Amino acid sequence: MATQNTKTLARLMMAPSVLLLLVWMIVPLAMTLWFSFQNYNLLDPSNVSFTGLFNYQFFYTDPAFFQSIWNTLVIVGGVLLITVIGGIAIALLLDQPIFGQGIVRILIISPFFVMPPVAALVWKNMIMNPSYGVFADISRFFGLRPIDWFAQYPLFSIVIIVAWQWLPFATLILLTALQSLDGEQKEAAEMDGANFFNRFVYLVLPHLARSITVVILIQTIFLLGVYAEILVTTNGGPGYASTNLAFLIYRTALLGYDVGGASAGGIIAVVLANIVAFFLMRAVGKNLDR
Amino acid sequence: MARNVTTRHKVTATAAAWIVALIIFFPILYTLITSIKTEPEAIAGFSLWPSGTFENYITVQTQRDYLKPFMNSVILSVGSTILALIIAIPSAWAMAFSPTKRTKDILMWMLSTKMMPAVAVLVPIYLMFRDFGLLDSRIGLTVMLTLINLPIVVWMLYTYFREIPGEILEASRMDGAGLWQEIVYVLTPMAVPGIASTLLLNIILAWNESFWTIRLSTTNAAPLTAFIASFSSPQGLFWAKLSAASTMAIAPILILGWFSQKQLVRGLTFGAVK
Repeated sequence: MATQNTKTLARLMMAPSVLLLLVWMIVPLAMTLWFSFQNYNLLDPSNVSFTGLFNYQFFYTDPAFFQSIWNTLVIVGGVLLITVIGGIAIALLLDQPIFGQGIVRILIISPFFVMPPVAALVWKNMIMNPSYGVFADISRFFGLRPIDWFAQYPLFSIVIIVAWQWLPFATLILLTALQSLDGEQKEAAEMDGANFFNRFVYLVLPHLARSITVVILIQTIFLLGVYAEILVTTNGGPGYASTNLAFLIYRTALLGYDVGGASAGGIIAVVLANIVAFFLMRAVGKNLDR
Repeated sequence: MARNVTTRHKVTATAAAWIVALIIFFPILYTLITSIKTEPEAIAGFSLWPSGTFENYITVQTQRDYLKPFMNSVILSVGSTILALIIAIPSAWAMAFSPTKRTKDILMWMLSTKMMPAVAVLVPIYLMFRDFGLLDSRIGLTVMLTLINLPIVVWMLYTYFREIPGEILEASRMDGAGLWQEIVYVLTPMAVPGIASTLLLNIILAWNESFWTIRLSTTNAAPLTAFIASFSSPQGLFWAKLSAASTMAIAPILILGWFSQKQLVRGLTFGAVK
């Protein structure tokens, strides 16, 4: 009876958010696409002309381009590896009966709430600084030469910092999933003589599959765009050693004033994100439709 | 005998868990400790015993005007979250209570807009902000944060609203409740907890957003993310002050986060993990 009315009302209620997101998605992206075919430098804004695919060619032949793609994948892959494996291990530990579990959980979840510039600066200065950092103190204690982390292993240092920020997230989600595992099943497996390894592989891991997928999906969205951590620590260097695609585009646009080049890079970033998203959505779709 | 083993197991697990927790928490703890050291102490090598000075906090306020970026962070995160809620509540409501065949697709599409790398639209957004005079303005940044968090807000609200049972509406209608009474007395009380969790989580996300806030602000609208990032150049001698500023930047959200950790999991996984 009132269904037609309800439907219209529902559409009206959904309209603002759908329209806003539609505009938000289409307008800037269309502009990026348009700029990517233009020769447009912010220092010489009166001289804008169509250049076809020149910007793409320019970006593609820039040696920094492949390095930045590689660095992007290293950051995403490295952080995912550390956080998923570390997260499973810590979640298994916290799933045991322990004293003061509430406080332990609070301590472990804390890094997730630390804003990226703070996390990066604290690690850069207080932990990894080659003369005064805690790591240097530890090295000297063992009679070793302190490592100059950001000069010698810039990309790895950034992976460590970002992994520290995301490890709590993975741990908390995997722990929540672990706690929903049926205790009786575990006991039954134990009674049947399954050792820890077998219980983990045949019982725990399949139960965690869905949460692991969710962790990977959500982290990947954020990890593709790691920016502030690079800005305040290495500034992309030395050379391009720690420049990811996001940082390279920022560098081209706001430090090189090259609107056309940066836009071409932006389109490439969108394509890359879509390739990753395609595989992720397929994997997640399979896992979530249960 | 069996009991003895269990206790031993518990003690071992406790020790291991505390060691792991303290290692993970250490950078935050050390920042807090360094913030009450003097500058020479801060670079004098590893020490967990500060002299306990509060001078750094005062210096950060008097020399760098900490209160201004702090207020900007509050205004931007709270403002953008409330704006996003106002836009998102009706649509999440409609999706949860009168779903159509396309509801799932619309939700997935909304999530996919989060997949678009922010940096890909940096150039047009920056130029638009420049042309409209929105660079370094609170209004511009609030709109920006609203847009980037809107998909997450819709999703979270949807997963909460979906759990409100439809039968309860029918029951209240049978009892003769009008639409207005239905909304005020039946639905609102059931929806408030979900809305509150969404509010809390999105304030945290907006507070820590560090791409647009750094790139689109310089001084006037700069929140704490940009304020702290501006500390990246001076090194060595300013660690105690940096630590004090950092502590003040993360403390409010850390405490808020501790209270919201129960909602965090289902909120950030869009209800996929509970």
